[in-house]
Amino acid sequence: MTENNAIIKLRNIDVDFGSHSHEQTVRAVNQVDLTVQQGNIYGIIGYSGAGKSTLVRVINLLQTPTHGTVHVNGQDLLQLSVAELRQARKKIGMIFQHFNLMEARTVFSNVAFPLLGSKFTAKQRKQKVTHLLELVGLSDKATSYPSQLSGGQKQRVAIARALANDPQILISDEATSALDPETTTEILNLLKYLNKKLQITIVVITHEMDAIKQICQNVAVMDQGRIIERGSLLQIFGHPQTKIAQQFVNSATQLSSALQEIKQSNLATEVYQLNYVGQVTNDPIVIELYKKFNLQANILFSNIEQLQATTVGIMLVEFAGSKEDIVAALAYLDQLGISVQKIDLTQIEVH
Amino acid sequence: MQKIINSWFPNVVVNWSGDNGFVGAIYQTLYMTFVSALFAGILGLILGIILVVIADDGILPHPRFYYCLDKIVNLVRSIPFVILLAVIGPFTKLIVGQTIGPTGALVPLIVGTAPFFARQVQLALLEVDPGVLEAAQAMGMTSWQIIYHVYLKEGLPELVRSGTLTLISLIGLTAMAGAVGGGGLGNMAIAVGYQRFQNDVTFVAMILILVLVFIVQGLGDWLIRRLKH
Ligand SMILES: Nc1ncnc2c1ncn2[C@@H]1O[C@H](COP(=O)(O)OP(=O)(O)OP(=O)(O)O)[C@@H](O)[C@H]1O
Ligand SMILES: [Mg+2]
Repeated sequence: MTENNAIIKLRNIDVDFGSHSHEQTVRAVNQVDLTVQQGNIYGIIGYSGAGKSTLVRVINLLQTPTHGTVHVNGQDLLQLSVAELRQARKKIGMIFQHFNLMEARTVFSNVAFPLLGSKFTAKQRKQKVTHLLELVGLSDKATSYPSQLSGGQKQRVAIARALANDPQILISDEATSALDPETTTEILNLLKYLNKKLQITIVVITHEMDAIKQICQNVAVMDQGRIIERGSLLQIFGHPQTKIAQQFVNSATQLSSALQEIKQSNLATEVYQLNYVGQVTNDPIVIELYKKFNLQANILFSNIEQLQATTVGIMLVEFAGSKEDIVAALAYLDQLGISVQKIDLTQIEVH
Repeated sequence: MQKIINSWFPNVVVNWSGDNGFVGAIYQTLYMTFVSALFAGILGLILGIILVVIADDGILPHPRFYYCLDKIVNLVRSIPFVILLAVIGPFTKLIVGQTIGPTGALVPLIVGTAPFFARQVQLALLEVDPGVLEAAQAMGMTSWQIIYHVYLKEGLPELVRSGTLTLISLIGLTAMAGAVGGGGLGNMAIAVGYQRFQNDVTFVAMILILVLVFIVQGLGDWLIRRLKH
């Protein structure tokens, strides 16, 4: 894909929040570039307060950046008039953690709401809403009120509403954070389905690697207003570079709890972490090492995931063998594209 | 029955019919309440909406205008009503041509109630979920659409509650206005009942005012129940 397919292009974005009385300002977003390709599902992950919401609110200019440029759908949003910006916003749908539905309106009326002021006849409007409700699997709830729905159903209504003006982009700000794991998966699957069916570009914000893992093709990791790491899902998941990215991956793979257990129970002293992506060898790595270097690898933990039809594995092993053999084996693993990292168990915090 | 009423409420019976009797007083109280409610309602609603919209976190922030309007509303609201009645006499005369009688009471009632209602409207509208407002802005709604279709629609139950509260406090004010020359049940209670030592008149005037309050409260509660989902 080339730069020309970019549907969202943010450059050098800073967002400062200042209090009027004090001279203090908070830089919520710091020097961020973000490019999202047409049709992509792009994940932005970070801890609370990292600046994720502030950053995505720049995409539809709900938040005006202090510096930087914002190009969306081929338009320079900062150059638009108020009326033009409103039109541009209609093509950027948004869903939220707390659904933000209108309690005084039925499901139907909520979904029809963005069509206010559009040129549709009552009949066309009805067709449109009926179709949208079908798309999200809620045809039977048209006359219900939001208070009568479950969290997952409410988010489906919100998704239908966000799609009412046929947007090219859908922004999801922690849309699954208030839902249980099963409902989360349902909603994520719905987003994936909509991405396929409507070719809609989706930007997903979350603090859960699990959500990213399930649907995103690309990931950016945010911390203190900056994007500190970005890449394809496989890159981030297979070879996270920064400490924060590693923490997120570890929480998704249960690696952190495994490390804590190893430390607590003194299972091993010299632990190596192996990360690999794709079919690296025909034989399992452990057998390979034994055959080639006469090295016994004791597997303390292993997690293998299928992400986008590719194997992504993490292993914690302890080697039994001579120092030279271990060094040679590590070099060999590196050749295979397996990243190896010696774990400093003293750095592991036990909770 | 007739006998009991005659013996327990002799003065009420004497003072029942006619423009200067209870019938006229009830009419005057209703007139003062509803005409001033109409004007104070419209004025207060507009002021309340403006206050919410131009607040710092509103959809069209305007800090300086907000500061002024906020102070004015507070100031007018702080004037005790009895004093307000006297102070704005000349202004009243200018607008409705008289300072006494139910019509003369309208101007002070409206001026006294509008800022109170404006605050109530402001509080009611601030209850509207900011998330819903954000969603509406993200959809590219105009400010008018947001005011009408989000603030007023979503805030309606709270607005009805505020309206009920305001109407009840307004009934109280009409009694006070009545006592100083506005007519109505307040006048009945004070000028006839209290000053001529006809306690039964005072008592019945009070009961009638309470009935009016209960009716308003009941209607308000019923409406809120209907509006909530
Ligand atoms: N309107 C605002 N005024 C002042 N500071 C703000 C405002 N909005 C956000 N901030 C600050 O900017 C920083 C980033 O906030 P933001 O909401 O973007 O984080 P986030 O990554 O979305 O976090 P969360 O996961 O909790 O939603 C925080 O320090 C926050 O306090
Ligand atoms: Mg957020």
